[in-house]
Parts: sequence; structure tokens; C-alpha cells
Amino acid sequence: MNKWKNKAWFVLFTVPLLLVFTTVVIIPFIIGIVYSFIKWDGIAANAKQFVGFSNYVQVFQDDRFMHSAWITIQFTLMALVLVNVAGLGLSLLVTSKLKSSNLARTLFFMPNLIGGLILGYIWKFIFTDAFKYIGENVGAENIFFNWLLNPQYALYAIVVVFAWQMAGYTMIIYIAGLQGIPDDLMEAAQVDGAGPWHRLTKIVFPLLMPSFTICLFLTLSGAFKIFDVNLSLTGGGPVNSTEMFAMNIFNEIFGYSRYGIGQAKAIIFFVVVAAITLVQVYITKKREVQM
Amino acid sequence: MNRVNKWIAEILLVALALVFLSPIYIMLVNSFKDRSELYNNALALPTSFSFTYYAQALEKMNFLTAFGNSLYVTIVSVVIVVVLASMTAWMLVRTNNRLSQVIFMVFVATMLIPFQTLMMPLMQTMGWIRTNLGIPMLNTHEGLIFMNVGFHASLAVFLYHGFMKSIPIALEEAATLDGCSKFGVFWRIVFPMLKTITITIAILDVIAMWNDYLLPSLTLSDKGLRTIPLSTFYFFGEFTIVWNLAMAGLTLTIIPVVIFYFTAQKHIIKGIAEGAVK
Repeated sequence: MNKWKNKAWFVLFTVPLLLVFTTVVIIPFIIGIVYSFIKWDGIAANAKQFVGFSNYVQVFQDDRFMHSAWITIQFTLMALVLVNVAGLGLSLLVTSKLKSSNLARTLFFMPNLIGGLILGYIWKFIFTDAFKYIGENVGAENIFFNWLLNPQYALYAIVVVFAWQMAGYTMIIYIAGLQGIPDDLMEAAQVDGAGPWHRLTKIVFPLLMPSFTICLFLTLSGAFKIFDVNLSLTGGGPVNSTEMFAMNIFNEIFGYSRYGIGQAKAIIFFVVVAAITLVQVYITKKREVQM
Repeated sequence: MNRVNKWIAEILLVALALVFLSPIYIMLVNSFKDRSELYNNALALPTSFSFTYYAQALEKMNFLTAFGNSLYVTIVSVVIVVVLASMTAWMLVRTNNRLSQVIFMVFVATMLIPFQTLMMPLMQTMGWIRTNLGIPMLNTHEGLIFMNVGFHASLAVFLYHGFMKSIPIALEEAATLDGCSKFGVFWRIVFPMLKTITITIAILDVIAMWNDYLLPSLTLSDKGLRTIPLSTFYFFGEFTIVWNLAMAGLTLTIIPVVIFYFTAQKHIIKGIAEGAVK
């Protein structure tokens, strides 16, 4: 009797969420795999044709996709470095016991709360008009020109905006790590004659390893999946040169109506993201054992 | 000497913070300028403060409707996520069998799936439900809320699960002996103890859902249903960009975020740190 009752409670508590979750995540995931083997243009009346692995073969022959994958990797690497150097630098600044550090921390974090779409639009103005203005009136025209018209610089522009958004976020995580380092350890090192640089590289950085792992992972997956900033800042332009992985999938499906090929790309995207994440978790686990 | 150095450091830090936020400054000053003033000097303070562009942007973006829509979708979604995920996680923690473990593993594993992998088949699924079951999943706020709950379930269950493992079971057993039903035990005893993690989850979800563009753009097609990111996108798409008007519009969209940030700053920063570390 009691056992039966417990089961009923279990069902009552878990089924509502499981129902929503299954409809929104599990079922689409499974039929998504099926769609990647089908040729279809998205119009319900038109036939869906099973084509086996042909979609996947076509994806790898698609130059636009390969270009997109390549610039996504470039973008991710640049973003990874810039976000973490900036985040770590800011965290060291605001933990330096200055009176204004609380205010500074608040201000540094603010861009992170504003959505990527809106940030992209703000910076679009800066990279086009404000930069042009500075170049024409202040000088340094080889830095201050319209970045969004140049394929390479348009990519750098996305890196800058992404870093501006994420630096405050990684800063918060690095601060938590820095506060975990006991003060007496630093004082002891100082007494022993270790200079600021030595204290930083020999004590702070090794103890900050867990924070590094978290931040690297967050920037890695965030950068790889970037969409909103890409859409509002460059829209993939000039001429598809900054169309990144996520946007390429979106355009393939909803722009060109190639549902099968687009979904095959989406599955590849999943495999890559999952692989990156699992490698990262594996490394984290290994580190934790050592510490 | 030391004191002077310290003051210089203070000033430098504040200066750096201000430079960091200069894009916000540029957005603000240009939202007040007329066309010629904006192109004459994009960086200077405006010579006069007129709110004409704000009034125009308010109207063209249908801002108040969009704000109401965003508020409704975000709040209802977050409340449902918190209620359902905490209940589910509690059962999974307290029922120690194979099924619970499998369900939990599935939740955790699906956190790896990026949205782009699910978006097209999700729309097909929702379309199927609409045609065959008659439930209006597409182009309604309720449908969007349903999908928001599904997408944010994993992380919430994961965070609650981790937190609950540290709560002693003794209190719950005592309440059960006193004749309290499971429902009563959960809401009167367990849920109040989850306050800190609930705040963390709510904050992470509010930020994500408020700023989300892609999912609402796929599900909502009626003009009157648009959330803030959607109306911003169409605002930029419909007109050739008039920058002073655009800047006024962008400033409007940021005001609610800034207010939210300054009222709940401590919780937000703590929530972000905790959510990330786990």
C-alpha cells in the first residue's frame, strides 16, 4: 500500500516536468537525427526523401560551410585569449583593496547582462560611425576606420564585442578563485622575499587553476555557439565572410530551405560541441584528483 | 608618498571603468542629438536634451507592449521552472533507484545539446502538436513559455539536485511521521531551505530568457506578441538605420536591465559565480 502510494507521489512530482522536457528536448533531438538523413525543403506538402549519408557528404563539400567552420575556430581562439586575459586582469585590479574596487567591479560586469543582440547594435554604430569620426578627426586612420566593411576586421569586431560582454563574467569567477587564496599564504611569501611577479606566477596562478578551467570552458562553448552578436553586428557580412557556425546552420535551414543538409550540419555542430565539453570535463576531473 | 600612489591607483581604476563603459556613453549622448549634430561629432555631449527620439522609438518599437510581453514570458517561465524542477529534483534525490539515476543522467547529458541542433525539429514537433492535438504551441506566449521551461529544465534540475544532497533528511522524516503528506513536506519544509539555490536559478534564467532572441523569433510571428529583443530586431530591420533614433531605442531596452542589476546586484553576482562553478 505504502509502496504504491510512494510511486504515485513520484509520478505526480516528476511527470509534469518530464512531459515538457521530453516534448521540447528529447523528441526534437531524436527526430532531428532522422531529418539529417532526409532531403526536404520544409514545405509540408512536398515529399521527404530518404537519402542516407548524402547530406553529410554534401556538408563537407560545401565551401561556405568549411569557411564558416574555419572562421569560427579563428574567432574562438582569439576570443578565448582576449576574454580570459581581460577577465583575469580586471579581477586582479578589483581585488587590490582599493576603495573604488566595488564600484569598478559593478561597472565591469554590466555589459554581461545586456543581451548579445542589443550589444551588437550598439557596437555597430561604434565600428561604423564613431570609428570613422575618430579616424577623420583625431588621426590613426589605420586603426579607426569602418571595421565592418573589411572581412578580417569585421571578425575582429565580433571578438571585441564578445570580449566586452564576457570579460566581466570571467572576472566574477576569477574573483571567487582569488578570494579563496588565504591571505597568510601571500604574507608568508612576501616575508620570504617574493616580489609581486613571483607571488603572482608561483602562488596565485597555480591556485587559480580550477577557475582557469571553468572560464576556459565557458568562453570556449560560448564563443563556439555565438549567434546573437554575429547577427546584429555583421549579419554575417561583408558577403558571408563572418557567417559563423551557428548562423550558417540557421541560414541553411530557414534561409535556403535545405532542411536536410541544415540538420546534418546541426548534428555535426552538436558532436563538436559535445566533444569539446567532454574533453574539458575530463581534464577538470583529472586536475581535481591532483589537487 | 604611499598615499599619493594610492590615490593615483584609485583614479586610474575609476578611469578604466569609465573607458570600459564608453560604448554606453556613446549610445546615450547620441540618442539626444539631431542628425547633423550626430555626424558633426559622434563623441561630444549633446548641446540640448530633447526626448523626441525617445518618444518616436517608444512608439515605433511598440516598446511598452514588448516590455509587457517580455515581463510576462520571463516571469511565468521562471516560476514554472523553479516549481517543477525543484519538485522533480527532490524526488530524484530522495528516491534512490535505477530509474531516478537514469532520469538524472538524461537531464545532465542533454545540457550538451546546442539550441541550433534542436530548433528545426522542435518547430516541426510544435507544428505537429498544433495540427494534430489542437494545442496552439506556435505564435502564442504560452507556447514560448512551454519551450522555455523545457530548455531550462536540465540546468535547474542539475543545480537543485546538487544542492539537495547536502540537506539532512531527518526533518522530512519527522514531518512525515507527524502525518504530513509528501506535498506538505516538500512545500513547507524542503522548499524554504532551497532559498539560496532558487535565487541563483531564477537569476540565471531571468537573464537568459529576457535576452533570448532566437527561440522567440522562431515561435512568435504576430507583431503584438514580440518581446524586447524581437522588437529591437525588427526596429533595425524595418527602417534604414537612423542612428539617433536607434540609440534612443537601444537605451530604452537597456533601462530595465540596469534597474534590475542595481536592485539585485549582490544576488546577481553571487548567482553568476555559483551557477558557473557548478
